[in-house]
Amino acid sequence: MKKFYPLITLAVLLVLPLLGFSTYVMHIFILLLMWATIGMSWNLLSGYCGQVSFGHAAFFGIGAYTAGILYSKAGASPWLGLPLSVFVVGVFAFIIGLIVLRLRGPFFALATLASGEVFRVSAENMDWLTNGTLGIMLQKRLWVSKEPYYYIILAIAVATFLLMKYLISSKLGYFFVAIREDQDAADSLGINTTLYKTIALVVSGMITGVAGAFYMNYMGYIDPHIVFALHDVSIITIMIVMVGGVATQWGPFVGAVIMVMLQEAVRSIGSLGALHQAIFGLLLIFIIIFLPNGIVGDFGKIKRFFGLGRVRA
Amino acid sequence: MVQLEVFLQTLVSGLLLGGLYALIGLGMTLIMGVMKIINLAHGELMMVAMYIAYWLFTLLGVDPYVAVFIASPALFILGVLIQKYLITPVIKVESILPENQVILTVGIGMVLASLATVFFKSDYRSTPVDYASVTWYLSDFWQNSPIELSISLLWAVSFVFSILITLALWFFLSRTDIGKQIRATSQDSDAAILMGINVNRVRAFSFGLGSAIVAAAGCLFIPLYYLYPALGGQFTLIAFVITILGGLGSNIGAIIGGLILGVFESMTSTYIGMGWAPVGRFAIFIAALVFLPGGIASLLKSRRLGK
Repeated sequence: MKKFYPLITLAVLLVLPLLGFSTYVMHIFILLLMWATIGMSWNLLSGYCGQVSFGHAAFFGIGAYTAGILYSKAGASPWLGLPLSVFVVGVFAFIIGLIVLRLRGPFFALATLASGEVFRVSAENMDWLTNGTLGIMLQKRLWVSKEPYYYIILAIAVATFLLMKYLISSKLGYFFVAIREDQDAADSLGINTTLYKTIALVVSGMITGVAGAFYMNYMGYIDPHIVFALHDVSIITIMIVMVGGVATQWGPFVGAVIMVMLQEAVRSIGSLGALHQAIFGLLLIFIIIFLPNGIVGDFGKIKRFFGLGRVRA
Repeated sequence: MVQLEVFLQTLVSGLLLGGLYALIGLGMTLIMGVMKIINLAHGELMMVAMYIAYWLFTLLGVDPYVAVFIASPALFILGVLIQKYLITPVIKVESILPENQVILTVGIGMVLASLATVFFKSDYRSTPVDYASVTWYLSDFWQNSPIELSISLLWAVSFVFSILITLALWFFLSRTDIGKQIRATSQDSDAAILMGINVNRVRAFSFGLGSAIVAAAGCLFIPLYYLYPALGGQFTLIAFVITILGGLGSNIGAIIGGLILGVFESMTSTYIGMGWAPVGRFAIFIAALVFLPGGIASLLKSRRLGK
C-alpha cells in the first residue's frame, strides 16, 4: 500500500483544479507546492547532508531576479528565467560554496545567513540592474487564471520529488548522510567531502532558484525585501522542514501544508497579524523541544502520545 | 588637508563606534565560548534592554547611562531563564541536526521581536537627552591646530563606559572564582566537570552574563541611535562578524575585532556610500574566513602576545 502513496497523492493533485475551487484556494495550493519544492531543496542540503543553511533566500532571490532582470533589462519573456536561473543560481551557489563550505555546523549556518543578507543589500543598492528598492514589476502576467501556474509548479514539485528520491537512494545520498553523521569519518573513508557538499549546495540552490523564478512569473512583482527576506523566506524554509520532518521525503510537503495554512490563518485574523512572528517562533520552539525530528520523523511519538498504535517494548 | 581631516574624523568616529561594537561582540563570544552555540537572539536581547532604557527614560526620566545598572541585571535574569528552561532541555533531546539549538535561538528572537512590535508598535523611538548636542572640537583645546576634529559628548561617554565594562569583565573573568570556572568550562567542559565545577550552573550564569553585557551595550547605544522592534537582527549579525573576526571565544580578539569593524564600517560609509556599510561588514567577514580562519586570536597566539 505504502508504495502507492506517491501515485495517489499525484492523482489527487492532478485533479484538484478540476474541482472548481475559488482562485484564492488555488493560490494557496500554488504557494503550498512552491514552498514544498523549496523545502525539499533545503532538506537535501541540510537534512541529508547536514549543512544547515540560513540563507536559502539568496538562491530564491537570485532566481527571481534572473527572471525579473531578463524581463526588465533584456525585454525577454520572464519564463525564460526558469531554465536560465538554473544556470545563474548554480554559478552563484558554487561561488558561495567556495567560501561558506569551509565552515562547519553553526558557523556554516551563520555564514549562509550573511550571504543572504549580502545579496539583499546589494540588490537594494544596485539600482542600475535591479531598480533598487522599487523592485521589478511585470506589466502583464501571461495568464489570468490560476490553473496554468498550478500545473507548472506541480510539474516542478514532482520533478524535484523524483530527483530527491533518486539522489537519496543513489550513492550520492549515502555520501551525504555519511558527511552529516561524521564529516571526519567520511573524510577518512576517502569521501571527498568538499566535493559532495558543493554538489548538495549547488543542486539545492538550483531548485530553490527555479522556485524563485516561478515566483517572479506568478506574483508579477519582486523587490529585495520580499525575495531576499530573512524571516519570510530563509527561516520559513527551515520551519517547513523542521515542522514536517528533517531528512524525510514527505516532511517538506507536510510542513508546507501546515506553514502555509498557518500563515494564511494568521493573516486572515486581523488582530493576530502583528503576532505572526511570535506564533511561528513559539511553534518552532515547541517543535524543537518536543518533536525534534518533525511530524513525519516523530510520527510514532505522536501516535503513542494519543494512545494509538502498538506500544513498543 | 581636507582629505586628511575627513580621514581622521572617519577614523575617530569609527573607533568610537568600534568600542560599542566590541561590547556587543564580547557578550556573544562569552556565550559561544562556554556553550559552543551561537546565540542568534543576541540582538533581540539588546533590543529588549533598549526598550527598558527607553521606558525608564520616558516614564521616570532615568538617564540612559544610569539605566545600564537596571537593564543589565534584568537581562541577566532573562538570560538565565532562557538558558535554564529552553536551551538546556534541547541539549538533552536527541535529533538529527545538531544545529537545533541555533534554530531555537532564532525562534526566541522571533518571539521577542514580535512581542515588542505588538506592545510598542513599530514606531521609531529615541531618548532625547538634553546634553545630546554637546560636542568638543579640537580647536577648543589647541588654538592653532592645523586640522579640525570633533567628538560628540554622547559618543565619548558611551565609549568610556564600554571600556570600563570591558575592564570590569576582564577583572571578573581573571580574578574571581566564578570567572575562573567560566574560563575552565569554555576550555574543556568535561575536565571542568571532573574538577567539581557545576557546569550547568556556569552555563546559565554565562548566558546571563552575556545577555547583561549586550544589555549594557544597548543602553549605551540608545542615546546615539533610534530604537525599533526589528533592530535586533542587524546587531546579531554584527556580533557574529566580530566573533569570527576576533577568533571564537577570544575576548581580546572580540575587542580588536569590534574596533576594526567600527573603523571599516565608518570608512565604507564615508568613501563608498551609506547604503554599502552592511556589505562592507560582510566583506570583512568573508575576508576573515578566507584569509584568517582562526581570527585575530590566532595571530596573537602565534606572536605569543596573549591567549
